Amino acid sequence: MLSTLQPPRCSLSRFPLHLPSKPFFFHSKQTPYPIANSALTDQLPSSNASQSLHSQILSIRHSLLSRQITATQLAESYLNRLRALEPHLNSFLHVSESVLSDAREIDGKIQRNEEVGPLAGVFVGVKDNICTAGMPSTGGSRILEGYRPPFDATAVKRIKELGGIVIGKTNLDEFGMGSSTEGSAFQVTANPWDLSRVPGGSSGGSASAVSARQCVVSLGSDTGGSVRQPASFCGVVGLKPTYGRVSRFGLMAYASSLDVIGCLSTTVADAGILLHAISGHDTHDATSSKREVPDFASQFGAVDSLESKPLKGLRIGLIRETLENGVDGEVNSAIRAAASHLEELGCSINEVSLPSFSLGLPAYYILASSEASSNLARYDGVRYGNQAVADELTGLYENSRATGFGSEVKMRILMGTYALSAGYYDAYYKRAQQVRTLIQKSFREALDENDILISPAAPSAAYKIGEKVNDPLAMYAGDIMTVNVNLAGLPALVLPCGFVRDGSSNLPVGLQMIGAAFDEGKLLKVGHIFEQTLSERRFVPPLLADDIVG
Amino acid sequence: MAFAALRCIRSQSLLLHPAALFTQRRRVLYFSVKASQSQTATQEKKRPTAISPHFDKQIIDQISKNYEAIIGIETHVQLSTFTKAFCSCPYNYGSSPNTNICPICMGLPGALPVLNSKVIEFAVKLGLALNCRLSFNSKFDRKQYFYPDLPKGYQISQFDIPIASGGYIDLDLPLEYGGGHRRFGITRVHMEEDAGKLLHSESGSYSQVDLNRAGVPLLEIVSEPDMRTGIEAAEYAAELQKLVRYLGVSNGNMQEGSLRCDVNVSVRPIGQSQFGTKVEIKNLNSFSSVSRAIDFEISRQVLLHSQGQSDQIIQETRLWEEGAQKTITMRKKEGLSDYRYFPEPDLPEVILTKEYVENIGDSLPELPETKRRRYESMGLSMQDVLFLANDISVAEFFDATIAKGAEVKLAANWIMGDIAAYMKNEKLAINDIKLTPQELAELIASIKSGTISGKIGKEILFELLAKGGTVKGMIKEKDLVQIADPAEIERMVDKVLAENPKQLEQYRGGKTKLQGFFAGQVMKASKGKANPGLLNKILLEKLNAKS
Repeated sequence: MLSTLQPPRCSLSRFPLHLPSKPFFFHSKQTPYPIANSALTDQLPSSNASQSLHSQILSIRHSLLSRQITATQLAESYLNRLRALEPHLNSFLHVSESVLSDAREIDGKIQRNEEVGPLAGVFVGVKDNICTAGMPSTGGSRILEGYRPPFDATAVKRIKELGGIVIGKTNLDEFGMGSSTEGSAFQVTANPWDLSRVPGGSSGGSASAVSARQCVVSLGSDTGGSVRQPASFCGVVGLKPTYGRVSRFGLMAYASSLDVIGCLSTTVADAGILLHAISGHDTHDATSSKREVPDFASQFGAVDSLESKPLKGLRIGLIRETLENGVDGEVNSAIRAAASHLEELGCSINEVSLPSFSLGLPAYYILASSEASSNLARYDGVRYGNQAVADELTGLYENSRATGFGSEVKMRILMGTYALSAGYYDAYYKRAQQVRTLIQKSFREALDENDILISPAAPSAAYKIGEKVNDPLAMYAGDIMTVNVNLAGLPALVLPCGFVRDGSSNLPVGLQMIGAAFDEGKLLKVGHIFEQTLSERRFVPPLLADDIVG
Repeated sequence: MAFAALRCIRSQSLLLHPAALFTQRRRVLYFSVKASQSQTATQEKKRPTAISPHFDKQIIDQISKNYEAIIGIETHVQLSTFTKAFCSCPYNYGSSPNTNICPICMGLPGALPVLNSKVIEFAVKLGLALNCRLSFNSKFDRKQYFYPDLPKGYQISQFDIPIASGGYIDLDLPLEYGGGHRRFGITRVHMEEDAGKLLHSESGSYSQVDLNRAGVPLLEIVSEPDMRTGIEAAEYAAELQKLVRYLGVSNGNMQEGSLRCDVNVSVRPIGQSQFGTKVEIKNLNSFSSVSRAIDFEISRQVLLHSQGQSDQIIQETRLWEEGAQKTITMRKKEGLSDYRYFPEPDLPEVILTKEYVENIGDSLPELPETKRRRYESMGLSMQDVLFLANDISVAEFFDATIAKGAEVKLAANWIMGDIAAYMKNEKLAINDIKLTPQELAELIASIKSGTISGKIGKEILFELLAKGGTVKGMIKEKDLVQIADPAEIERMVDKVLAENPKQLEQYRGGKTKLQGFFAGQVMKASKGKANPGLLNKILLEKLNAKS
């Protein structure tokens, strides 16, 4: 009876279902995609040992404007590599169908000597919890399968306005809830450094795609480390901006008071350029800051011009609690080596203690779950997304949500609902807020004494797929290094600083630099110098060089 | 009406973005689509206030003397801002379903609320007008529950720190209900957003959602449980309506749902300090239904008390049925609902500065209570006071008239008499009539000075009401200046007496009632311009002269 009475829900019927089966783009004859053979690096203006440390964004701009390559050629090159690697990586949930036409439009402008934006020809992967008009945006959840937003997130809008091309939507843990991208409702993404390992999460698709050069840069979101931890696992740069620096409009809310959109890239400079593009006040986000956005790119001087102690006088605080037990020994060594490197650059290194550090994890999981239980209430099957057939209202709610949400999401909704319940609010939510205030205070004090705080980005390198799926507490514990930064709302930059060996694999380790609120400029400057002076490190996964694709 | 609306939606649903369908469990219409009823409380209350056919009124009245009713009211006032509370959609009552919506008020993924600053301004205005304490640091909270008309699964509201609290409202009860001044406490005023509307199918097997109203700003005003009768409650609501209209923050229209009252009623034996179990009544679409529903509910509860069945009064929400004139159970409250309030993380705190509040305070218009006290001090009767102050436009018209020098009582009489009657017949508001306060003052002055007679004055008034123009122009144009020359009037009297010898004879024979006939004839001869006082004086002298 129900179905006969219902007019079609046309907002859904108009659109094809999202990815009924995975698109198969793989061309088996196009064997390995070593980075040296890629169209991009062929066209790089200078090729020396540190070529991968050049800003890809600036290189692309130079190549395009000097007519060394067309945006269309670049697009083909990236799309080919993307498709070739996708069967191994599963970084993308959706690949844009308009990449080539977008690129041709840029070529047309260049041909007509028209102005092109600073991101012209830059292929950007966008985490699928960030809304993109004309493309599915599922948040990695069945409940939004096939959903196409009618608007672009502000960050995406700004990228497009500056000429950037969204190449596709990257995989993630459902609504950002997870640390391995295994929590996606659609597929498991692999780590390009070792396909048997997770890329980290929740922005695992964005990190994996940048690491494997399936796109130039990507957007992720970071609620408790979701940009930084996968950056660390995949050997790329991950930047979590200050809360309020980047508009959240169009980001599917997980925990509104913690969520930020962040940048993933292969160089610090690219992270800075991308951050500059997406930053600034947005009238659609009341929590976005009206602070001026500095020109981060001006910080990125050439390596040659660096003096011997370019960071002289900079005070670095090494957070003692992040190098205690529970942290992988090799990770510990890599971070200490990074600290020594900073010391060689002229920094003074002090160990600092954040006594409230260990409280961050439980406080984070209470606050994030509480907000999530509220933010996910809108996925009720009434207006959009997965709607179960039911003969009465409660059944519609129950079945839509039962079949639409994955188990991790359900668990967090339940935890959050519990924490906000009458009689428990004070013991959980309120207490966690008090912890949050304490953490903010201890960070402020530590950052009064130090310019930047450093720590590992994660207590270990990438672990095996399936290793922690049945042990949520172990999974949560992996967020210990990053959640405090979200609670304090501070900016943090993660960049690869070394490797650990695990079996046959070399796995990258990320160094986390934490700065004062709205001081991304300093992080980027220090990160850039650190990256440019790090000896012989090229964080290009073997997948791109080895003959494994064919 | 409801059916028509529904059909209209169904036929258009293919074009609508979020037309959503589902079967319903609670088949309750919260909203009214009933048409026109008059607005003022006093007008409404002229309708019979019969309690109910089910109860013997006399018995109830007798028992009621031993009980006291405690009544508190929650009022939702829809603010007349140009755009909704958290997005830039307009809200126009009566628009086609789902035409005033956007990703924000539809609760699409990724959409965020941004506060319309007018909402704060209106809240501060009403808070000040209700003599409340303002919270200089307040915030928004999320009130969480699932319902299809609530797109986000939570309502943005204010929980523990309302923007205004601890105030009161003053009012004067109408004379027909015994009169008297009352002061009712205001517990709190807080800001929140409205939900959409459900439209239920005729068969009841499915419902549709209209989100036009979702996100429209509301102020919720919670009274102290200070009212004791249905009349007091209805007058409280009417006074609030007056206030929001004076302030210009809402049209206060109950039929459109711009002003909605939910009342809480409990009854206790007189002398008992503990409150009885309270019952909430919804679906009150007019002041008279507020009054009648409460009186019904009091009777129902008193009866149960008197029969020793007070345990059958349970905490529940009851619905007022206009047709049956009774309340029925809508849903029983199983314990307190847990709305899991927590601070809205998408919106910054609401911080008021002293300067901001002072500026708003300085810009407030004269409020109804102040106006009534001023009118009273001018010597007007309470009936006049209540009439004039009831509608801000009428009050402004009156104030403007007396500002032009018109005598207070005369101005009041004209407005409440012929002008009000004209407005009622023509179904016009005072702002729609062509007469200006300036001309009314001129008219009153012209009569008082004797330039024109009262009768001519009335004639001119109706011309001015319908066509406009000036009193002076009209007097000149129609040669209406009053004849106040005794010699001229005497001539006319003589002529009339001469022309009616038979009647004169009868008069002098004792039939003195004929004086009116002669007066009328003279007035007719003067084309209504003779000064009536002078006319009568001279006429009497002549009639009685030769007897």
